[in-house]
This record gives sequence, structure tokens and C-alpha cells, in this order.
Amino acid sequence: MPDAAADRPELRPALDALAARFPGEVLSVDVDKGDLTVRLGKAGLIPVLRALKEEAGFNALEDVIVLDNLRTAGEGGKRFTVLYQLCRFPGADRVRLAVDVGEDEGLDSAVPVYRSADWAEREAFDMFGVRFEGHPGLRRIYMPEDFEGHPLRKDFPLEGRDGGV
Amino acid sequence: MAFKEIDLNMGPQHPSTHGVLRLKLAVDNEVVLSVEPVIGYLHRGMEKLWESLTYTQVVPLTDRLDYLASLSNNLGYVLTVEKLAGIEVPRRARYIRVVLAELQRLASHLAWLGFQANDIGAMSVLLYGFEARETVLDIFEEYCGARLTIHGIRIGGVPHDLDAALAARIRKVLDGIPKRLADIRALLDDNRIWKQRTVGIGRIAAGDAIAYGLTGPGLRACGLAWDMRKDIPYSSYDEFDFDVPLGRNGDVYDRYLVRLEEICQSIRIVRQALDGLPEGETSAKVPRVLKVAPAEVFHTIEAPKGVLGFYIKSNGTDKPERVKMKSPSFINLQSLEHMCKGNLFSDVVGILGSLDIVLGEIDK
Repeated sequence: MPDAAADRPELRPALDALAARFPGEVLSVDVDKGDLTVRLGKAGLIPVLRALKEEAGFNALEDVIVLDNLRTAGEGGKRFTVLYQLCRFPGADRVRLAVDVGEDEGLDSAVPVYRSADWAEREAFDMFGVRFEGHPGLRRIYMPEDFEGHPLRKDFPLEGRDGGV
Repeated sequence: MAFKEIDLNMGPQHPSTHGVLRLKLAVDNEVVLSVEPVIGYLHRGMEKLWESLTYTQVVPLTDRLDYLASLSNNLGYVLTVEKLAGIEVPRRARYIRVVLAELQRLASHLAWLGFQANDIGAMSVLLYGFEARETVLDIFEEYCGARLTIHGIRIGGVPHDLDAALAARIRKVLDGIPKRLADIRALLDDNRIWKQRTVGIGRIAAGDAIAYGLTGPGLRACGLAWDMRKDIPYSSYDEFDFDVPLGRNGDVYDRYLVRLEEICQSIRIVRQALDGLPEGETSAKVPRVLKVAPAEVFHTIEAPKGVLGFYIKSNGTDKPERVKMKSPSFINLQSLEHMCKGNLFSDVVGILGSLDIVLGEIDK
């Protein structure tokens, strides 16, 4: 385990336990500007979420954030990064999980672990087209059902497309 | 009467949806079986737009999210940029921000109080609430000239100083509010009709509230003391003495009590900030064109509606690579169905009101 946890001693037990239990899935742990980020392999996402919630007490999923790496991914890099922002209440310790996912692959839905992931994942799907397998009703949330494309992708024009919505 | 499921449609143009929100309801006679909120009518693609603007240009656009608490949006965004760029804000500016943010909470809660009472049928409270809110908006107008989309907080500090004359005016307004609150409480607290429409209505248990991601007064009405001003203090909140009001039952009535008590606590905080206002600069030195080295941060504040968060990723230029807003109204609306199931159809409006949503912030 990298020594990133030195900045956040209160989180060390949880991180050590994670790294020990999922040796192949925890790719890196960084602390930057006070934020803790754990990069995971795709297969490790749900087991790690479950362990963080049930064993380390991270009881709240605050947000699901998608990044489009179109211009930054480079050769062999994956198109999207999905971030899960978790919080432990009380005390408000935070951890951010990061998982890379390609354009034509799905990611396991976090809804069975965190009920609050429902709308957040629908938003991620609507805006970026990231598919969440096992989501109870994955459909657009902002845009109309018959809208084509995903507006927050870097290759979607800012001024919209001809004809608009 | 035999079981018969009927589908009902509320909105998107409905007087009590506080914007353009559509609710697809299934009811059995008067009892609600399911509620599905349909949103997106106000979607302006703010996050997309922000990627094309400089860090500074984004600030006035955040006014248009929760337009009943624009200063809170300003603060949430600006603090995240400052965390990202490592900008140290002078203490005087931090205190002025606290004054502004707490006055904004007051204004937001007073507006909510008026809307909520009006939704339930207590018309006169709407006028009392708005009359009190006006006095707070007058302060904002005197501070920077705007009342609704205020843009009163800038990256690095605040645009104007808070002079003795304005401080005296704020104190005068604060002195007047408890009297107005007492009038409103005399109308509602023990009112039989008010209690019938709110006590035990729209209940949510603490465990469910956390699972659904509920934050703000709705969560605290369940008895959970989760308040970012205490848990992850920002902008010098740790230097002030205030309580986090809690409810017990997690129903509409407790949400009402929690918000009323929060108004009193906000008054306490503003008075302390005015008394202890430190001397010094009102803004840090921020480059005219702010370029931020590649990094990513997430930061939250306790906005009037709940926990407002911003995630910003920078790429070395003067424009953000990605800004994601964690909107409290969006997340809170998710728990509407849970709160409405099994309640009467006529209570849906009251429960929706008790969530205190603003569609500008839900649709982004």
C-alpha cells in the first residue's frame, strides 16, 4: 500500500484492510489537496463498495461523477472514468473511488449497495452513455427519451446539433 | 370499495410544483401507491457550458441554480475553486461570506415557509414569510445591488466590504425577524389543521434517509446531526457558536420545526460574525486570468436545501476540464416516492413542499 494514507491517519485501517482483501483490484491510493482517491479495477468496484459500506462504515454515496477522457486517454486508455464519492457519517471522512471504463463496456450498478446511486447513475447514463449493469431502471433522466447522443461527451457540440431537441 | 389503481398526472404546469416538475402518480382511491418524478424541463446543460467558460465566468451562472439561495451556490463553487487553486482567503472575507451565506439561509427558509404554508392552505403565512424575506433581500441590494441572482461572492474573497452602516442595518433587520417568526408560530405551531396536515405525514426513518442520500433539514428532522458547517467546517464556521437543530419523527411537521429553529441559529451566527468581524483585506490577490494546474477536488457546503457539492477537475488552462455539481434538491427529490407511499393523495403537495426543492438546481 502506498504511503498516501500518511496524510489521513484516521483512514489507514480501512485502507489497509481494503488493500489486503483486494490485492489485484486496488490499483493506487493518492491524497491530493486533502482528497483521497482510490483507483480500482472494474471487477473490484462492487466488492470494494460493499466492504467500505458494511465494514468501514462509509454509509453515504454522495455522488457519481463521469469524466470523458476523449482527449487525454491516449493510446490504449479507456474513454471514461467513473468516480464514486463516498462519505462516512458521523465524522464526515471522505473517499473517492475511480474506475476506468471503455465506451462499449458496462459497469456494475452500485444501486444494490447504495440506494442513492439510482438517479446519479441515470444522470451518468443520460449525459455520457455509460451503462450500469443491473440498474433497476436505467433510462434518461434529463433529456427526452428519443434524444440521440449524450450531451456531456467532449465530442458533443456545445451549441447543440441541428434541429436541437 | 373494490381495489382500483388509477394513474394520475401532476404537472409539469402545476401551481405547487415550485417550477416545472411532473409527477406520475398511481393511486388506489385516495392512497398513493407510487410516485415517479419526471424532471429535465429546465435542463440548460450548465455543466457543459461551464467547460467553455473561465473559472471566473462560471460564478454568476451558479446564481441560476438554486435561485432562492444564489449566494450559497456562489460560495460552494468558489470554495471548490479556491481549494483547487490553493487560494488563501483573508479572514475578514471569510466572515463576510458567513454573514452573507447565513442571511441567504434565512431568506431561503422564509421563502420556503411561505410556500409550504401556502401549499397546505394557510395563505396568510405566505405573506408573513415573504414580508420578512424582503427585509433580508433589501440587505443584499444594499450590499451589491442585486436581490435574487446576487453574485455576491468572488474567487478569492468578496466584491465589497461590509461597512459599519450596513452592519447596523443588518442588526436592525435581525432584531425584527424573531417577532415575525413568533407571529408565524402563533398561527401554525398548535393549529389543529396545520398539525393534521403535517404531523406523521411523509415520514422517513433515519436509516432510509441515509440510504436515499437525503441531506439538509430533511435529514436532521430524522434526528441525525449531519451538518457540513460542523462536520467539515469551511469559511471559519468553526469559530462560531451555534446548535444543529434536530427533529425526531422525520415527518413534515419536524422538517418545519427544524427550519424554523435554523433561522434562529442563523441569526445567532450572523450576530457573532458582525461582532467579531476582523480587520483586513476583503479579497486575496487572484490573477486576472486564473490558470489552474491539473488536479481534482470535491468540496461541499451546507446550503439551505442540503449538502451542496462541487467536483472540479482542472487541466492547466483557464477553463475547467469538468465541473460536476452535487445538487441537494436533485438527490433529495429521490426520496419523494418513499415518503409519499401509503399517504393520501392530498398530502403529496405538502410532502413535496417539505423537501424544499428548487427546479433550477435539479435540472442544472
